[in-house]
Amino acid sequence: MNHPLTYKPFGDIAILIEWPSKIDEDILNDIILLYGSILTNKPNSVTEVIQSINSITILYDAQSITFEALKSWLEKQHKNKSSARNTSRTLWKVPVCYDQIFGLDLQELSDQRGLQIDEIINIHSESIYKIYSIGFLPGFLYLGGLDQRLHIGRKSTPRLEILKGAVGIGGEQTGIYPTASPGGWQIIGNTPISLFDISKESPCFAKPGDNIQFVPVSLSEHKGLAELIALDSYKLEKEVLND
Amino acid sequence: MIRVLKKGLYTSIQDLGRVGYRNFGVPISGVMDHDSAILANSILANMENDAVMEITLQGPQLQFLTATKIAITGADLSPTLNGEPITANNSLDIKRNDILDFGKRINGARAYLAIAGGFQTDLALNSRSYCQDITTKKTLDHGDDVSFLSSFAANSKLYRKSIIAPSVINKLELKVHKGPEYDLLNVEQKDRLETQAFTIGLNNRMAYQLEEPLGNQLRSILSSAVLPGTVQLTPSGKMIILMRDCQTTGGYPRIFQLSESAINVLSQKIQDEVISFTWV
Repeated sequence: MNHPLTYKPFGDIAILIEWPSKIDEDILNDIILLYGSILTNKPNSVTEVIQSINSITILYDAQSITFEALKSWLEKQHKNKSSARNTSRTLWKVPVCYDQIFGLDLQELSDQRGLQIDEIINIHSESIYKIYSIGFLPGFLYLGGLDQRLHIGRKSTPRLEILKGAVGIGGEQTGIYPTASPGGWQIIGNTPISLFDISKESPCFAKPGDNIQFVPVSLSEHKGLAELIALDSYKLEKEVLND
Repeated sequence: MIRVLKKGLYTSIQDLGRVGYRNFGVPISGVMDHDSAILANSILANMENDAVMEITLQGPQLQFLTATKIAITGADLSPTLNGEPITANNSLDIKRNDILDFGKRINGARAYLAIAGGFQTDLALNSRSYCQDITTKKTLDHGDDVSFLSSFAANSKLYRKSIIAPSVINKLELKVHKGPEYDLLNVEQKDRLETQAFTIGLNNRMAYQLEEPLGNQLRSILSSAVLPGTVQLTPSGKMIILMRDCQTTGGYPRIFQLSESAINVLSQKIQDEVISFTWV
């Protein structure tokens, strides 16, 4: 698939490559392929590459390469990149406790969308979500694929503190708070796993293109998992998806 | 070792930042004013990336437990050594138990204290820069001991004096490039950006808000990369200028990108000061 790309200067330190403005798996595939090709072949003048939902930002050292030279190098990379279908088939099974101790807004979601709490949990945990990008906060995953029945606006007054691992819904997105922070999402559960670990060379277990599914666990299972994780003796379950 | 006797308003250890982890959502961090920090290190013949202490508005009180050499650059926060005023932009000999203190702010917002060989706090993802959620500490606290390489001070022939005037402190113009969404602005907005002055509002290491609203008829964009120096137009119509600890992606239109030197200039500004934009 050929997407029309635009190359824009982003100050004199970066190039922004943009795909059409939509959340789309073909675009994600194209971005992952080009990102891989840039990382593999990059000249020393490229210092950092940031993937997003419909863009890649390439930071470079303007002392050693010009915008035009880097742009034509990138165009060549895009033309010659492999055409493989390359979004990962890895499925990470993320345990989530939907107990109302954690699921502070399950009742509000139930009232607003006319669904039983059990139905909400089923819908949320049956879907497979695609990681489109990691950003905003360390380890925050932008996930695509939330069932329309669970779309709900953000809270009118954000909470001052949301727990690390809180699973929430904001508009058309679901996601996990990687650290405790203020936030306006509707909170429906909590995962004991860490989305971000600075002691690892690759601090985030997943990458854009991977898939996520939430696996409901009880409050006592959540507690048990948290203890295993604290002892560093827990390994997140993963599967390989079949086409 | 340095002992922190009083922590000051916001004092942190910073190098030139955490390069290479933004694709995991990790802010770049690092010294706000690169020019001043690099100058401080160069006075001591340190490496550019050696960790320095970034001192904001109201300085700490520090006791040196080991002899060394230091240099202070950036904002003038009235530094004194054992009660005597000292000269900035200069290498200074420090004896064991000397006390470095700061007083009234004369100009600028951030002073930099470099030390021979650089501060040796823990590395996290290849950088010593303090940053929330990445390093265990966000700022220095009373009673902290901060280590440095004491052996470096003996090597005195390396040191040179410097009297380069800090050029960033008094500038009021920020040099900018067009941001990725600049072309979506209307003629009136573009005109105001070129002619109007803007007042600095709340600010910290993550962002500087500007008070005068520009109006905003634009829709949010799909979340995309933002950088230190990116000027975002928020839904309220006010602009915020992202700084070194900023998040890695955002959904507000990016109307300007500050030049690298303009980020340094802005780093030395405080609330209620007035800036204007000019093309690079």
